[in-house]
Amino acid sequence: MEIVRSQRKALHYDAVSTLPLYRSAPPLEVRLEDFELFAMDRLRVLKGISDALSRGKKPEEMGQVVRDLWKANMRHPEASEVVNKDIISHFVLRLAYCRTEDLRKWFLSMETALFRYRFRFESAEAQRALMAEFDLPYKAVSNAEFESTKDKLSQVARSIGLPLSTADAVFYKVPFEEVPELVAGRRVFVHKGHAYVAMNQVVSLVATQFRSHLSKALILTNRKWTSTIREQESNRLAPIVEALCTSYLGPDYSEPRELGDISIKEIDQIAQSSFPLCMRHLFEKLREDHHLKHGGRMQFGLFLKGIGLKLDDALAFWKAEFSQKVGAERFDKEYAYSIRHNYGREGKRTDYTPYSCQKIISSSPGVGDHHGCPYRHFSEENLRAALGKMRLNNRAVEDVMDKVRSRHYQLACTLTFEAIHGTSCDAGINHPNQYFTDSQKNLQSKNQSTVQENFQAHL
Amino acid sequence: MTREDIENGSEDMVIDEGKPEGGERMQGNAVPEGFNANYLKVYYGKLFPHADMFKWMSYGNDGKHPACDQSYFGRREFSFTLDNDIYLRFQSFNSASELENSIKEKCPFKIDIGPVYSVDPAKRHAYAQSGDNVFAPVERELVFDIDITDYDDVRYCCSGADVCLDCWPLMTVAIKVIDASLRDDFGFNHILWVYSGRRGVHCWVCDGKARRLTNEQRASIAEYFRVYKGNENSHKKVSLTVPLHPFLGRSYTEVLKDFFESKLLLSQKLFSTEERYEKILEMIPDESITSELRGKWQDNKRSSMSKEDTNVVRWEQLKHILQSGKQKAQALQRCVKEIVFSFTYPRLDMEVSKHMNHLLKAPFCVHPKTGRVCVPIDPNCCEEFDPTSVPTLSKLLEEINMGSLRADIDNEWDRTSLGKSIRFFRSSFLQPLLKVCKEEIENSYNAKLQHSKNSLNW
Ligand SMILES: [Zn+2]
Repeated sequence: MEIVRSQRKALHYDAVSTLPLYRSAPPLEVRLEDFELFAMDRLRVLKGISDALSRGKKPEEMGQVVRDLWKANMRHPEASEVVNKDIISHFVLRLAYCRTEDLRKWFLSMETALFRYRFRFESAEAQRALMAEFDLPYKAVSNAEFESTKDKLSQVARSIGLPLSTADAVFYKVPFEEVPELVAGRRVFVHKGHAYVAMNQVVSLVATQFRSHLSKALILTNRKWTSTIREQESNRLAPIVEALCTSYLGPDYSEPRELGDISIKEIDQIAQSSFPLCMRHLFEKLREDHHLKHGGRMQFGLFLKGIGLKLDDALAFWKAEFSQKVGAERFDKEYAYSIRHNYGREGKRTDYTPYSCQKIISSSPGVGDHHGCPYRHFSEENLRAALGKMRLNNRAVEDVMDKVRSRHYQLACTLTFEAIHGTSCDAGINHPNQYFTDSQKNLQSKNQSTVQENFQAHL
Repeated sequence: MTREDIENGSEDMVIDEGKPEGGERMQGNAVPEGFNANYLKVYYGKLFPHADMFKWMSYGNDGKHPACDQSYFGRREFSFTLDNDIYLRFQSFNSASELENSIKEKCPFKIDIGPVYSVDPAKRHAYAQSGDNVFAPVERELVFDIDITDYDDVRYCCSGADVCLDCWPLMTVAIKVIDASLRDDFGFNHILWVYSGRRGVHCWVCDGKARRLTNEQRASIAEYFRVYKGNENSHKKVSLTVPLHPFLGRSYTEVLKDFFESKLLLSQKLFSTEERYEKILEMIPDESITSELRGKWQDNKRSSMSKEDTNVVRWEQLKHILQSGKQKAQALQRCVKEIVFSFTYPRLDMEVSKHMNHLLKAPFCVHPKTGRVCVPIDPNCCEEFDPTSVPTLSKLLEEINMGSLRADIDNEWDRTSLGKSIRFFRSSFLQPLLKVCKEEIENSYNAKLQHSKNSLNW
């Protein structure tokens, strides 16, 4: 029996795939400590993916990142347990991350990214087997059709730098709705409602399926969690599950007050001393144009809320600017609502949380927009000018530009912080509100020491 | 998404719709000449095609067929902006006459159309109390909004909300490029283009398939159309691949290149001053080339012997240098195209297209600033469309007054200059659309019948 089983498993691993689709929870006995340990290991992988994405890693670099993360965290001393660890950790995190919309969203994105890159490591044969498992109803494009569209297909392939090799020129013709990311990037030929998806792009099709399946599953898990599991497991699993995501997610800066409230009068001064570049820019533009488009209002408004600007002050602050452009009456009618809304006073009761660097970096400001991350979205010239205005010396500017060129935007911001404050910031900048808080703390400690020095001088 | 997210999301949207940048919406009491609430009352009473709007928004569900969804029209959100700037959201109507009566009674300065929700949007609070996330948009036309104010850095004739016959062709080009791709690439057939009444155009894609797209799918189409990255903070505006994606390649050879060379170059005098040509030279990433061209152009007098237009001459010189065989670098080869795209390629307001719950002004509204009616534009001859000669409210009222006093005429619009627009709306858009809608309803009914027969046999 033993031998037969291990043979079957070996066959399973080598010939097909080690990539599970997580269709149903495993009927396995799990030791309580494994329950938690496995989940923590997987979290490290997901967190690593999230960090890499927020640093703007390109898809081709992400492959290696995921491979390394997986190797570092998801091994198991017993080879036969590797797949179990994979499956168990996934289902534990499902429980932990099914409980709110934001958690679900994050988990869904990271698990889908993980799946996508793991799928790419698989052999062509294993990929086809996985496609079959998903039961995708697509047929390969026939020879005749391929011949008639060959020029266009080749044009697309060359335009994205992946020339067609005639050997594996297998294409699937699918409704364009099924591959939104390939359509968005113009990475496929689209004709009469169909996208022509190359074999090396089917990962998109499969990832779409994976994502939609997981998304539905998370909703169901959430229902089960609230209706039964939470109560049944209130002494055993529930505390572990609930701790899992908070132990990791870090502060979201939706509750300010660490440094007390700030008032309108102070804004100019603290903007000068403690706003990160993205917020300085928005503040400057608001003063200049007396207006910001929606994206700018959200990014800047929530930041201000996070640093402790009270609702009434926020209303007065925005009104003072906007009314110069649109008039006070229109401000009250059209804009005041969304500010109260950001503070949770209208519509949804819970607060909106200030944007993290990751969210800001991945935004796509268009014409007339001023939100986004200057390190990512400014031209080199404009960024240099902006850094000059913050009085960075040439050497610091070059260091920052270096990070920008290698697309490490948060590190670029961290270097700016360090140059301005003359102190190191080992944790790195992950959130504009963190930048603000760290800056204020730094300035306060400096002030205290000068006060002391002055005091001593007077003695 | 929770119900509240959706509701709040849509309310955030509305604020953007206000377009404070150019002040398209009326401000204070500044009622322009030729536009006022009394005129508008007459317009809604005699000219506005209420019945056609109802038929359109019903998508065939107003018929007697057993498969018709009788609740369909009633789940559509309308919103009205009244003359005192009061904004009524989540209006819904159960019949053609309810819609018509409400419009006539409230006399909205602006009518916006939102999505079809899972439940009657006017009763959304009642459903909210039931606790399930039942209030959500389920259908919405795929819409596009193109606004001439987004072209301010490439037009020298006007800025802001102004538009003239020299810059309007930028809109014509946008219609041609987007319309062709919606039909040829995405396979849509029922597309309505509408003049926004002042400074741009709206597009409504109404195929069933388009109405049921998710937000992610809408975003993917909007991104497919996007070549502009960045803004005034980053000067790289257009970045193209070599070769171009077939859609961009076709747009370039069939529309953009010719428009740039034979129209825009001359009408906007793109090379006529140093400031203007410097803006173009900025897009060339090779200093030896830009300084060579600059040298030729700075000494303006010497080349003025040529009878040809300066702009044409300079453009040809620029092309010649960039495309001469010696230039191997891909970056330079694509430069000519990038310049053309920068100046001519459509600039979409992405947010409008990406979300189901974004509101868009209804066709046949009257723009309160210009008094112009938001009439449909025929994409097949969009170059003939002249925004300065569309019917205005005051002109239409004159036409009504001039007409005979016969009271027995049903379609008063037929005698006015609005007649052409309404006839076009019906024959080119509404009738073909409704024909297909009825077929779809019939087919889905038959399929269901077949299905239930089969299950009976089993
Ligand atoms: Zn003009």
